[in-house]
Amino acid sequence: MSTTRIIRNGRIIDPKNARDEVTDLFIKDGKIVSSLTKEELDTATTTDASGKIVTPGLVDVHVHLREPGQTHKETIETGSWAAAAGGFTTIVCMPNTSPPADTAGTIQYINDAVARSAVVNVYPTGCITQGRLGEKLAPIGSLKRAGVVAITDDGDCVQNNEIMRRALEYCQMFDLPIMDHCQDMALTQNAVMNEGEWSIRLGLKGWPAAAEDIIVARNALLSEMTGAHVHMQHISSAGAVEVMRRAKQRNVNVTAEATPHHLALTEAGIKDYNTNFKMNPPLRTEKDRQALIEGLKDGTLDIVATDHAPHTTYEKDREFDYAPFGILGSETCFAVTQQILCGEAGMSINEVVALLTYKPAELIKLDSGTLSEGATADVAIFDLEDTWEVNEQTLLSKSHNTPWWGETLTGKTVETIVGGKTVFQDGKIVD
Amino acid sequence: MDWTRKDLIGIEPLEKAEIETIFHVAGAFKRILKRSVKKVPVLRGKTIVNLFLEPSTRTRLAFEMAATRLSADVISMNADASSFVKGETLKDTAKNIRALNADMIILRHSAPGSALYLSKFLDIPVINAGDGSHEHPTQALLDGFTLIEHLGDLKGRKITILGDILFSRVARSNIFSLTKLGAEVTVAGPATLVPKTFESMGVKVVHDLKTALNDADAVMLLRIQHERQSSTHFPSIGEYTSIFGLDKRRAAWLKPNAIIMHPGPINRGVEIDSELADSEQSVILEQVSNGIAVRMAVLFLCTGGSISALESPAE
Repeated sequence: MSTTRIIRNGRIIDPKNARDEVTDLFIKDGKIVSSLTKEELDTATTTDASGKIVTPGLVDVHVHLREPGQTHKETIETGSWAAAAGGFTTIVCMPNTSPPADTAGTIQYINDAVARSAVVNVYPTGCITQGRLGEKLAPIGSLKRAGVVAITDDGDCVQNNEIMRRALEYCQMFDLPIMDHCQDMALTQNAVMNEGEWSIRLGLKGWPAAAEDIIVARNALLSEMTGAHVHMQHISSAGAVEVMRRAKQRNVNVTAEATPHHLALTEAGIKDYNTNFKMNPPLRTEKDRQALIEGLKDGTLDIVATDHAPHTTYEKDREFDYAPFGILGSETCFAVTQQILCGEAGMSINEVVALLTYKPAELIKLDSGTLSEGATADVAIFDLEDTWEVNEQTLLSKSHNTPWWGETLTGKTVETIVGGKTVFQDGKIVD
Repeated sequence: MDWTRKDLIGIEPLEKAEIETIFHVAGAFKRILKRSVKKVPVLRGKTIVNLFLEPSTRTRLAFEMAATRLSADVISMNADASSFVKGETLKDTAKNIRALNADMIILRHSAPGSALYLSKFLDIPVINAGDGSHEHPTQALLDGFTLIEHLGDLKGRKITILGDILFSRVARSNIFSLTKLGAEVTVAGPATLVPKTFESMGVKVVHDLKTALNDADAVMLLRIQHERQSSTHFPSIGEYTSIFGLDKRRAAWLKPNAIIMHPGPINRGVEIDSELADSEQSVILEQVSNGIAVRMAVLFLCTGGSISALESPAE
């Protein structure tokens, strides 16, 4: 006998299918279906979603799960809990683990841990270069066979243009996008925050926006030359948005993401040296923040991704110079993004859901992120009005490094469903 | 104005009246230092720990001297002799010092914001003796005190800070202090070390030495900090000296009675001509002497010393 579920009376928002209506959603054997038989209706498990929105499960192409090797910060299990708490049903983890994910063996290790412990879909990425050192190409073909959905050196941007060019050419054989953390290292030696009025005032070493813009331009040019798809991670500067805009006008095969924190916060947050405002690339100016919002509105930037980067309290609680870069993102993403984009940016919730569902899925060629008939029933239910406090109860990550600690956010995950099965409900993981 | 702060982290958070309170108390201590018995018992029984995690001679000695004059016990500790080499964090080191019953920590550290960081979890006073390129408040206070002794009210006075501004905590603290005291501040030096962005702190940015010195009431020279900058900021020390070194000819561009200041250590023949450093115009050693009185005032005020008690000394 089949398993059936009805999510009743919610506002279904499915941007891929241009759908926005208050109705029932039917699930049968882990798939979305358009109707159920009378018998199936009678025996179905029913969830009341009145007053809530029902969306495809969110997709995040940029998280750090810290496994293998840094499991004091996060594990694949706890990172998947944090994702589920944020309404994410599919996440893509970065290869800057210990060891780096630059061999099929490490990818297999990750896949095994995912199968054993993750409550959402987790796809790994592999390194561009061996050891993320930027010198010799990693075995990208083997990584592909092991199951990676993209290639990236994440925090260590490939500096050598020749290596980057060859990586782009090589990746095309495997239909893999290259995701790049755009940072010129020579311009950012020892830099810990955006270079500008605040770095001058605080005496901290500045990271000029030009160091990002240069690499975004480099990547656009190499993409134009090779035809390969380059995805620019966490764009943070107005200059980089403009470089992307011009590349897209020439139909270059580039995409880009913005993070909720770069959309919501500026460098002024560092005024008391709060290390939960330290991340890479850094928070920049109000002008940059506005440019990111504009970039998402006009399609210059394609998606929102979190760069969920857990670090323990003891690692973050120290001198600003010595604290590691990065903040949590999974749990707070939906609330922060909808607050900014539906609030001050005036976008519709449908547009915001698109940035967090089918658009990131398409970028890595997954067919998730929709509620199409026959699609896997990855679903999120949110209450757009409900508020919640960011604290040790509401964060399911192993770490607590968030600039929103103690703050009240609007937009709460009610339930997260993966393959028809509820994995998160009432603030807790459902076993 | 009454002093209500536990810590001295920087000049930026201070009000003008608070700076003037420190000067007032420093003046009283300076008179005491001229007596035959230079010691006052106001911090008797207190233990002050000088936690100096970056090299320093002058500042550490001056704090030790100031604490001794106030009858406190002082223990100084350097990075190479501490648990840092064993991997202990600043927070744990500071908590251990607190657990040993210290009454105050004076911190010198290479990381900006480190003194503020300590002050947030320690219930004893924290005095910033220099946090990276951020602030060096007692240096700016002794500079301000010295300037007022020579120039009187600083309102409208033209003061030029010359040299490596970008990496200088002395420059930042002086910018905050002197602008609060009403002076017109110019920062000058190579464009790589004096970026335009400093204008956001309310000062003029000038790269031409004559313009910078012309009609100034005082010039404050800063050392080129080899230890903080990568090699890309200027071509050579020789070129720096040829363009920005202060010599007698260039000093003549200043106002006739202008004073020449330097927080030390000076590099003779680099940022300042050797004879000029020893000339009548130079107040470099006065600055050092005033550093004792000013630091006595800071230690006294942050441990809750009242101004009225000081004005009728017990001894």
